[in-house]
This record gives sequence, structure tokens and C-alpha cells, in this order.
Amino acid sequence: MSLVIETRELTKTYQMGDIPVHALMEVNLEVQTGEFLAVMGASGSGKSTLLNLLGCLDEATSGEYLLDGKAVSRLNKKEYADIRNQKIGFVFQGFNLLPRTSAFENVELPLIYDRTNRIKNHKKAIREALGLVGLEDRMDHLPQQLSGGEQQRVAIARAIVNKPAIILADEPTGNLDTHTSVDIISVLQELNDQGITIILVTHEHHLAEYAKRIVKLKDGRAVSNEIIKPRKKALGES
Amino acid sequence: MIRRRQIQKILKAAFSSILRNRMRSLLTSIGIIIGVSAVIIMSAIGRGSQALIEKEINDLGTNLLIIFPGASMTGGVHRGAGSFNRFTYNDVEKIKKNATLVTDVTPIVQSGGQIIAGGNNWSSEIIGASPEYFSIRNWDLKYGSYFTERDVKVSRKVALLGTTIADELFPDQDPTGQTIRIRNIPFRVIGVLEEKGQAGMGHDQDDIILAPWTTVLYRLKGGRYIDMINASAISTELLEQAEEEISGIIRESHRLNEGEDDDFTIHNQTEITQMVTRTSKIMTWLLGSIAGVSLLVGGIGIMNIMLVSVTERTREIGIRLSVGARAVDILVQFLTEAIVLSISGGIIGIVFAIIVSLSLNSFSSLYTLVKPEIVFIAFLFSVAVGIFFGFYPAQKAARLNPIESLRYE
Ligand SMILES: Nc1ncnc2c1ncn2[C@@H]1O[C@H](COP(=O)(O)OP(=O)(O)O)[C@@H](O)[C@H]1O
Ligand SMILES: [Mg+2]
Repeated sequence: MSLVIETRELTKTYQMGDIPVHALMEVNLEVQTGEFLAVMGASGSGKSTLLNLLGCLDEATSGEYLLDGKAVSRLNKKEYADIRNQKIGFVFQGFNLLPRTSAFENVELPLIYDRTNRIKNHKKAIREALGLVGLEDRMDHLPQQLSGGEQQRVAIARAIVNKPAIILADEPTGNLDTHTSVDIISVLQELNDQGITIILVTHEHHLAEYAKRIVKLKDGRAVSNEIIKPRKKALGES
Repeated sequence: MIRRRQIQKILKAAFSSILRNRMRSLLTSIGIIIGVSAVIIMSAIGRGSQALIEKEINDLGTNLLIIFPGASMTGGVHRGAGSFNRFTYNDVEKIKKNATLVTDVTPIVQSGGQIIAGGNNWSSEIIGASPEYFSIRNWDLKYGSYFTERDVKVSRKVALLGTTIADELFPDQDPTGQTIRIRNIPFRVIGVLEEKGQAGMGHDQDDIILAPWTTVLYRLKGGRYIDMINASAISTELLEQAEEEISGIIRESHRLNEGEDDDFTIHNQTEITQMVTRTSKIMTWLLGSIAGVSLLVGGIGIMNIMLVSVTERTREIGIRLSVGARAVDILVQFLTEAIVLSISGGIIGIVFAIIVSLSLNSFSSLYTLVKPEIVFIAFLFSVAVGIFFGFYPAQKAARLNPIESLRYE
């Protein structure tokens, strides 16, 4: 196994007027390729901040972030955008689909901004991604015509269409009922089985147990690191 | 290859976003639609009236000089009534004999009255002149023949009809040889003039009867004075000199001393042309600038709606950034939307303006002329307006921070 993510004393401080808010304090984190990591912590403990930094949506105040061994802080804005496009897929709590835009077109979005031309057949890639989340028959549906769980599946399809190495999911089940939540986690587990590295933010312990490892944050600091031995399998459970 | 595929997708995104907000897009484009159509319609009206005026001036005759009795008002104080000298045929004869730079000269006697033929009657202007008038004023014949020097000499009661009168008095027939009564005096129709058409300001040039000047003066009007003299110079270049020559001849004929003011006024065709085209050019510019302002207002409308759109779609921008759009992609998307909006507005405006201009021609007394270059310029303007007024909102969109945009409610 190789390190895909490595942070050294990663720190993010927001300035609220004169008062500094330490959202993330000197976090050291190592993530191997193919891992399924759950990040837990109380509200305001810095989980989203960490994920945004790992996803190159934001820049750290200090510390180092190595992605595939390369220091991200030395990159420019364009390279940030390209990393988000090719290396990382985001899944958000609020789904964040384009309204009045079909599932197909929502999944197409990352392909529009792909400058590498790695994926030759866009239509096929979109169908495959929607197939993986079990929505090949909902391609022409608009978000408002889909249930919450289905919308989140579309968002996952969008996250994987560009064949990223990492999926970052920030409380993807926060808006869903328990049963649907387990469905979504099972999709993530399936993707993890195919070799995609997954980092899942959640504050529900029973969901975190589907991961291989749990990191806990408190007041912006990483306070524990726990490997889950009898890992829960979503498939065939309910 | 990579770029082309991407440009296609960005264009597609712009179009689908415009189509998703059909009503708003239409309202946004209305400013541009009105602006572009105003530019074209205004310039079509301006060019149309200019073309009419130019045609009327050409119809007046080439190298025309018109000599009126009475001093020019523009020279200052008007001369007293006692020294007011009118023209007699003697003045025409002197010009004919002595002027070297003049090809043709004719006296003009104007009258008017009721004209009756069979059961029809019509009221019209009657012009008395000598046969030179036809070449001075470019009158061609549709039917029959001109009157002659001999007709003038014996004051023969013959008349040429303009097409308007001919159509009124003798619908669908050649009236040559028929008799009409002008103020109860019988005239024989010897021909019909070729149509000249409508001139500017609704003046119908074909509502006219021509007869020998002696007939009009002695049999219709009475007296011994002619109303004015028309002459044509040898060439346009010699127009001014011909004017001076005629001026000298009339001063001598009227026995004016050195230092005394002219008791007549000469207008030449260039003068008239310049004056009229100058006013119509000013009008065209005036109309054009009004139209330009409305195009500007249209552009500000686009900027306004695009700014609203950027704010409303902050979350969409955040989503696009999170899946890997670069700032330039967002810029291009919003700029494209603005340009597509203004171009569509421009095209609708052009179509609308052409329809309006053509209907004005058919259903009103206005004459309009749509110049292709104006259409092209108006189109370019609408593109420029889209780029210019779309750039600021697009740049605003491109500078948004991904996380803040994603959090935007
Ligand atoms: N843009 C911001 N400006 C100021 N403070 C912020 C900003 N974003 C987050 N914070 C603060 O940073 C801390 C961590 O936030 P966050 O990472 O969103 O927590 P979590 O996702 O674990 O609930 C919180 O105290 C929050 O108030
Ligand atoms: Mg959070």
C-alpha cells in the first residue's frame, strides 16, 4: 500500500474580526490508497474544514499537505481546480445538484471541465457511473423528481464519473433517514471495494463502523485513531 | 480537439441556462431588441427621407437655376415695396440673347383652378412655360407630344397632363386628343408626362398641368408679369458663374446702379441640395443617437440581470468549482450567456425592425430605406454590448470562493 494523503501539522485559522478561530490545529494524518476512513467529532470540531483542505477547496494557514507525495501548497489556482476535477470526488450533505437539470447532465458536469481527455466516451462513462449507484433508469429525472437517497446517489455518480482516486463525503447521510443512510454507505463501501480511497465525515457512530478506521477530532485537533476490527458490512444486512 | 469539445459544452450550458429561464431571458433581451430595432428603424426613416429628397432634387433638373423676383430675405433689410420689380418676358429674352453659360431658359407662369373633363373634375397647379422647360426640369413623355415654340407664339390652348391628373380625369386610357376645361376654357390634351412619383413631405410631383406660358398668362391669368425664370447652366462646375452672368444681365435690364441691392434672388441646385441634405443628415444623426442611447440602456439591462443571475446562482457556481471548473470556465460561461442573450436580442431586433420598416413603406406615408451596412453595424453593436456589459458580472462570478459559494443559501 502507498500513502495517498499525508498532512503535517495542517492548520487552518479563520479571522473573525480581531479574534482568530482555530478551526484546525496541527493535524497529522496519513491515508493509504484503498482506505475507508471515517472522521468523527462534535459539531464545530473542524471536520468540514479538514475535508475542504484535503479536497483542495481551500488553502491551509500553515502546515503541509502532500497528495500522492506532492506538496499541494505550491500549486496555483488552476492546478487546484484540476485536482478537484481529476483526483477527487465530493459528496455533500445537501446533495448540491444543479436544480432543473437532469441526473444525466448533473453527472456530466465534471467531464465538461476535464482538460485531459482521459475519458473518451462521455455518454458511456455517465451511464456506467449511474449504473454503479443503481440509477440507470432515472437518467432523465430532475433532482426534484427524485427522493433524497436517489439525489445523493446521483451526487455519488457525479463524484465518480471522472474516475477519481479519492472520494470525500461530508456527512452525506445527514439529510437522510437511517435506512437510506445505510444504503448510501453501502454504495460507498462498494466503491471502496473497487479500490477508491474514501474519507467519510459523520457524527453517527453506527455509520462510522462501516469504515476501516476512525479518526476523531476535538476542537480542531485529532484526538484518536482507531482501527475497526469486526468491520460492518452493509450488503446483506438489511 | 480538447478545447473544441469543451467550448461546445460551455456553449450548450449557456444555452440551456437561457432556455431554463425563458421569460427572464426574453425580458433581459428586450432592451437590446428595442435598441437594435430603434437603430435600424430610425436610420431607415432617415435614409429614406434623404433618398426621397435627393430624388426630388434630381427631378428638379440638372444644373437648375431658379430666379425669383424680390430681394433675398437673408441679405438683411427687405427692400421697399416701391422698388419691387417683377420679371417680364423681356428679362427672359435678354438672358437668352446675352448669356453664354446658359443652355436653356424659360419663363414660368403659375396658376391654378378647377379642371373638368366629362363628368370628372380635379383641382390642380397649372404651370405655363416655354418648351425649354421640358429639358430644364427633366420631364419625359408617356403619351403624345410636347407643345412647341409655335404653340407659345399663338397662345394655343393645349395642355400636357401629369399622371395623377390624367388618372383622375381619364382613368385607364390615353387622354391625348381629348378636351378638358380649365376654369371653363377648353384646352386640348396633347400628351401625358412620365411619372416622377412622390417627393418628400407628401408633395405629389405628378399633380400638374403644363401649358404654353403665353396661354396661361394671357388667357387664364391676365397681366404682363411672369412669376419666375428657370434656367440651366452648361455644367455643374459653371453653375456659380452662370448665376453671376444672369445676375449681371438682370441688373442691367432692371437698370440697377452700382451699389444698389439686387431686386431678385437666384437659387441654384447645389445650394438647395446642400441645404436639404444637411438637414436630413442632422436628422439621421439625431435619430441615430437616440437609438444608440436605447442600445446602451439595453446593455445596462443585461448587466443588471446578469448580476442578479450571478447572485442567484452562487450555489451553482460553487458546485461547478467543486467539480473542477477553473475560474476562466465560469467567466466564459457567464460571458457566453450575456453574449448569447444580446445576440439573440439583436437578431430579434433586426427581424422586427425590417418588418416595421417594410410595413411603414406599405401602410404609411413614410418612406424607409434599410441599409445592409446599418443592419450589420447594429448586429456588431449588440455583440459588443454583450461583451462589454457581460464582462463585469462574469468576472464577479469567476472570483467567487468555492466554499462560500457552496454555503450560500
Ligand atoms: N468561513 C469561516 N469563518 C469563520 N469561522 C469558520 C468558518 N468556517 C468554519 N469556521 C469555524 O471553524 C470551526 C470548524 O468548523 P467546521 O469545520 O465547519 O466544523 P464541523 O464540520 O466539524 O461541524 C467552527 O468553530 C466554525 O465556526
Ligand atoms: Mg461540517
